[in-house]
Amino acid sequence: MSPRPISCEEVLARLFAYLDGELRDVEQAEIDRHLEWCRDCFTRAEFERRLKARLAQAGRASPPERLRERLKLMMARF
Amino acid sequence: MRRDGMVDVRNDRQFFQSEVMRLMDRLYGTALRLTGNSADAEDIVAEAVARAWEALPALRDRQAFGGWIQRILTNVYVSEWRRRRARPMTELPNESVPDGELEFSLFRRLHQPFLLWWGTPEHAFLNKLLRRDIERAFDALPEPYRAVMVLVEINGWSYSETAECLGLPIGTVRSRLARARGLLQRALWSWAKEAGVSAAAGPAPGRRLS
Repeated sequence: MSPRPISCEEVLARLFAYLDGELRDVEQAEIDRHLEWCRDCFTRAEFERRLKARLAQAGRASPPERLRERLKLMMARF
Repeated sequence: MRRDGMVDVRNDRQFFQSEVMRLMDRLYGTALRLTGNSADAEDIVAEAVARAWEALPALRDRQAFGGWIQRILTNVYVSEWRRRRARPMTELPNESVPDGELEFSLFRRLHQPFLLWWGTPEHAFLNKLLRRDIERAFDALPEPYRAVMVLVEINGWSYSETAECLGLPIGTVRSRLARARGLLQRALWSWAKEAGVSAAAGPAPGRRLS
């Protein structure tokens, strides 16, 4: 069965839950289908997806040398 | 099969040390975003590594080490935050969300219809966004919002995992996440305007964007 057609408003209301992978399969499929033909929603979704990817990168940072040394000393005692 | 206890300990230690060193950027980066400062982040990483070593025998799937130690680190942060504040993370002075914050959308500010996608202001904005801008925006979030944001966007956890770790109802995770996103996008927008990245303002003198 093909997914139920949904409006742009419904897509936008659930866009972040969609991008976070929080929707049920059937809801996910409804949005996938909408994004295949609606350029406005597709553009919005792509923007939020790319922004999310940039935010995730903020979770990596080079530690100061003193932390590396501290951990090496600590782990040497294990 | 394990036959020699000494060999086990040596193998465990080697495995543990190399994994910790390999994951260092991620552990420290997560701790830094959670705490917003290096001294606390370093303490949290050290505490997480000590706890992980103690708990290592309980980890059956060594492939899962990365996610496992990330969870320990997050738990260290949550318990430390609770201890220091002497109040649970469920309490926020003002949980109600002003409409403007929740609704704020960078995309709506940047997007101009009828432009071809490869030249749009929102893509130019993302390309010019500095890593430092994103870090500042994270660090400027009030702590409970930041915690939810880090757990979902950086740890990649589901709303229910996040709710469980923070001891919050899932609806509160959803509302804090929505507010955190609004606040973060608003902060990025105001810096974009300062830096002249947005379509509305011309390029600001004296700042390199890329």
